[in-house]
Amino acid sequence: MNKNALNRVGTLVGFVLILLWCLLPVAWIISLSFKSQEAVTNGSPGFLPQSGGGAGWQNYVDVIQDEQFRRAILNSIGISLTATILSVALATLTAYAVARLEFQGKRFVLTTALVIAMFPVVSLVGPLFDMWRTFGIYDTWIGLIIPYMSFTLPLAIWTLSAFFREIPWEMEQAAQVDGATSWQAFRKVIVPLAAPGVFTAAILTFFFAWNDFVFGISLTSTERARPIPAALSFFVGADPFNRPASLLAAGAVVATVPVILLVLFFQRKIVAGLTAGAVKG
Amino acid sequence: MSTSTVNRASDRTRAENRLALKLVAPAVALMLLVTAFPMLRALYLSFFSYSLTAPDEREFVGLDNYATALTDGLFWRDTGNTVFIMVVTVAVELVIGFVFAMVMHRLVFARGLVRTSILIPYGIITVVSGFAWQFAFSNTNGFVNDVLPFVGSDFNWFASYESSMVAIMVSEIWKTTPFMALLLLAGLAQVPEDMLEAAKVDGATWWQRLWKVILPNMRAAIMVAVLFRALDAYRIFDNIFVMTAGANGTESISFLTYRQVIEQFQLGIGSALSVLLFLSVLVVAFLIVKIFRVNLADARQEA
Amino acid sequence: MATIEMKNIVKKYGDGFPAVNDVSIDVADGEFLILVGPSGCGKSTLLRMIVGLEDITSGDMVIGGERVNDLAPRDRNLAMVFQNYALYPHLTVYENIAFPLRLKKRPEKEIDEKVRQASRTLDLDEHLERKPGNLSGGQRQRVAMGRAIVRDAKAFLFDEPLSNLDAKLRGQMRTEIARLQKQLGITTVYVTHDQTEAMTLGDRVAVMKRGVLQQLASPRELYEQPVNLFVAGFIGSPPMNFLPATVEDGQVTLPFGTFPLPADKAERTAGKGLLLAGIRPEHFEDVSVMADDAVDGTRTFEAHVDVREWLGDQQYAYVPYDAEAQVQDQLRDLAREADSESLRTQLVVSLDAASGAQGDDDVTLFIDSDRLHFFDPQSGENLTVGL
Repeated sequence: MNKNALNRVGTLVGFVLILLWCLLPVAWIISLSFKSQEAVTNGSPGFLPQSGGGAGWQNYVDVIQDEQFRRAILNSIGISLTATILSVALATLTAYAVARLEFQGKRFVLTTALVIAMFPVVSLVGPLFDMWRTFGIYDTWIGLIIPYMSFTLPLAIWTLSAFFREIPWEMEQAAQVDGATSWQAFRKVIVPLAAPGVFTAAILTFFFAWNDFVFGISLTSTERARPIPAALSFFVGADPFNRPASLLAAGAVVATVPVILLVLFFQRKIVAGLTAGAVKG
Repeated sequence: MSTSTVNRASDRTRAENRLALKLVAPAVALMLLVTAFPMLRALYLSFFSYSLTAPDEREFVGLDNYATALTDGLFWRDTGNTVFIMVVTVAVELVIGFVFAMVMHRLVFARGLVRTSILIPYGIITVVSGFAWQFAFSNTNGFVNDVLPFVGSDFNWFASYESSMVAIMVSEIWKTTPFMALLLLAGLAQVPEDMLEAAKVDGATWWQRLWKVILPNMRAAIMVAVLFRALDAYRIFDNIFVMTAGANGTESISFLTYRQVIEQFQLGIGSALSVLLFLSVLVVAFLIVKIFRVNLADARQEA
Repeated sequence: MATIEMKNIVKKYGDGFPAVNDVSIDVADGEFLILVGPSGCGKSTLLRMIVGLEDITSGDMVIGGERVNDLAPRDRNLAMVFQNYALYPHLTVYENIAFPLRLKKRPEKEIDEKVRQASRTLDLDEHLERKPGNLSGGQRQRVAMGRAIVRDAKAFLFDEPLSNLDAKLRGQMRTEIARLQKQLGITTVYVTHDQTEAMTLGDRVAVMKRGVLQQLASPRELYEQPVNLFVAGFIGSPPMNFLPATVEDGQVTLPFGTFPLPADKAERTAGKGLLLAGIRPEHFEDVSVMADDAVDGTRTFEAHVDVREWLGDQQYAYVPYDAEAQVQDQLRDLAREADSESLRTQLVVSLDAASGAQGDDDVTLFIDSDRLHFFDPQSGENLTVGL
C-alpha cells in the first residue's frame, strides 16, 4: 500500500474514532432514558433497552410533569440568559477599550480577567454563602446571576477583544468620508461587523452558566432558584437508595437539548470563539 | 508651537485614558466584588473558629485552622488525588487531543459534522457526563463490563479507590478532550504549509516533521491549552460529587472545601481551606508558567 | 467640482517630527494631481489631511474656496478610494455603492438609477448582488470607484489604489482611472509610490521627500528638468545614472573619458570641483547600430559590458566602473532615500534592440553628453536646470 493511501485510511479511522468518542456516551444516555424503571431496578446491563424493558416516552412524560424539574429548567434558562446578556454587555465595553484604546491599566484588566478565569470557584462558596445570607440574596436568581456574570466576564472579554482586534476599524473612517456621522459609522458599519463576535461570546457565556454546578448547589437551598445541574444531582425519586437512573437520564437529555441545538446551529461560531480566545489568529 | 502640540497629544491620551477607564470599570468592579472581596473575607474568617451551627461561639484562633488543615492527612491525601487527576487527565487529553486535531486538520470531508460532534461533549453539562459514565460503569445497568474483556460482568467499579478514580477520570477526559483538540487544531492551522513542504524537500521523515517542525511551531498553542486545562482539572468537583461523592478516598481538594463549608457549616476551617486552595492554584499556575515558560502575551499577540 | 488649495500645510505628531512640512500646492478645477514619493514621505498624510482624517497642525486647507480645516470628513463632500478599498464586508456590491447615497437619505429611485449607472460604467452589472469577499482584486477596486462616483463629490482622492493588484491588472486599471477622470472632469488627487503611475496619469506631479515638497511640475518637466538629485533619481526607470564629473575648458571628465559640453552648461559648472553628472540610460547608444554620419568621434568610449538584458524592443547593458569611496557613499545614500537598492557603481545604458552586444563583451558606446545634468554633490541641487 502506498503512503498516501495509508494516510487516507488513518484519517478515516480517526474520523470514525472521533465520532464514536463524541456520540457514543450521548447515545448511551438516550438509550438509558428509554429503559423502564423496573428494568433498571432489577439490573439491565447492556447498551440498548432489552425487549420488554423499554419504557417508551414514559420517563420523559414523568420528568416533564415533575414540578421540581420544570422549575429547575425555568430557573436555568432565566438565570443563564440574564447572566449572559449582562455579562456580554459589560464585556463588550471592556473589550472595546482593550482592543481599541491605549490606556494605563490595560495589563491589569487582562491579568485580572485571566486570574479570575483560573480561580478555584469552590474557595469562594464559603464566603459567598455567608455574604449572600447577610444580603438576603441567598437562594435567589440574583444570587446566582452575580457570580455567573463575574466568572463569565473573563471568557467574554478575552474572546471579544480577540474578535475586536480583527475588525477593520479603518472602515469607520471610510464611512465618515462617505458622509456618515460618527454615530452612523458606528451603527451601520461597526455594529454589523462586531455582531458575530458578540454573538459568539454570548453562546460561550451561556454554555458556562448552563454548565455551572458549584454555585448552583452551594448558593441555593430550594427550588426557588436551583438550576438544572443541581436539581439533577438532588433528584432522588421514591427510593433514596436506588437512584432512578432512567428518569435521571431523561432529565439529562432534556437538559442537554439546548446545548445540542446551539451546537448544531452555531458550530462555526463556537469553534471560532473558543480558539480566538486562546490562540492567535 | 511644538509645546502646544505635545500638550494636545497628551490631552488626547488623557481623554482616551478616561474613556477607557469608564468602559472597563463596571466589569472590573464586578469581577473583584465576587472574587477579591470574598477572598479577603475568607482570609479574615480563616483566623476564627466559626461554625454556622453555633455562630455566637465565634472566637479568634490565629493560625490554628491552618495548622489543623496542614497536619491532617485528609488534606494531603485530597491534594494528592487532585494533582494525580490533573497530571493524568491533562497528559491523556494532550495525546488524544493532538490525534483528534491531526485527524480534523487532514479531514477533507464531513468537517462540519466532526466539529459539531466534537462540540457536544464540550457543551454537555459535567453533571450529565458524570451520570452517563456512572451508569455506564455500573455493574447492574452499565455496558462497560460487557465491552471490556479483562473484567467480569459483575465487577463493581465504585467499590475500590483505583477503579473509582479510573471512572472519574474517564468522564473528565471524555468531556474536556474536545476543548483541547480544538485549541490544538487552531495551533496546527498556524503551522505554515510551505514550511512543511520545505521540510519534506529537505528530507525530513514524517516523525521528524512532527517533532522538529510542527510541535515547535505549535508550542504557544500547546502551552496555553495545557495551562487552561491543568488549572481547570485542578478544580475538579462536579464529576466526583456525582459519581462517588468522595467515597473510597476519591475526594478532591475542592470537594473537601465544599464539604467543610456547605455540608458541615464549618466556616472557620472551611475558609482556611479556601485560602489554601486558592494558594495552591497560584502555585500550580506559577509552576506551569515557569516550567514550560508559557508566554501568554506571545500566544495572544498582546502588545 | 472644486479647486483644492493647500497653503503652508504642516503636520506634526506627538514627538514633534513634521510628517508634512510647509507644503503648498494649488490643484486646479478638473486637474489630475499626483503625489509621489518613497514610503514615509508624507504623501498619504497629506491626502488624509485633505479628506479630513488627520488634523492639520498649521496652514490652511481650502476646498472650492472654503476653508475646511475644522470640517469633519462627512462635511467636506470628497470621495476617497482607499488602498485596501475599504469595502463594507457585510454589504453587497450594490449596497456598497449605494452606501453614501443611503446616508444622505436620497429617494430609492435616484439611488437605484445612480448605482445602475455607475455599475454600467464600471462593468459591474453581473456582480451587484455579491459580497466583496467573493470578488477579485480588480472587481473590488472597481466597486470602490463606484462608491466614489455616485457621490457627485467635489473631488476624488486615491490612496495608492493599485498597489494591491498584479502588474497586468495595474496597467489596465491605470488606463481605466485615467479615462474615467477625463470623462467626469473631476478634480483628482492621487497618491502613489510608483513612478510609472505618476508619469502616465498626472497632469502635474508633486514629488515629496521626508515631508517636504521637492518639485511640482508636469511629468515631462520632471523627467527632463529635475531640480535636484532626489527627483532625478526617483523619476525614470531604470533610473538616471550618476557619475563623478569635473568640468574644465568646456569639457567634462567622466570615469570613461572626456567629452565636449554645450557652452551654457560648461559655463555654469566650470571650476566647481567634483560634481555629480546625471545622464539617462537612453542617452547612450551602441556605435555599431548608428548611422555613420551621426557618430561624433569625440563622444564615444570603449566599455566592458558586464550583463545584458534583452527586452525585445530595446536592451539594457550594465557597465561597472570604479569610483572613489566618497562618491560611492553618496550614491548609496541617494538610493536609500529613493527606496531602491543600488548596490554597485555601474552604468545602465539602453541600447537599440538591433545591437549585438553580449554579456562580458567590449563595445564602443556613444554618449549624448549634451543631455548631461550637473548636480552639486553637497546640496544635491541641479546646477544646469532650464538648460
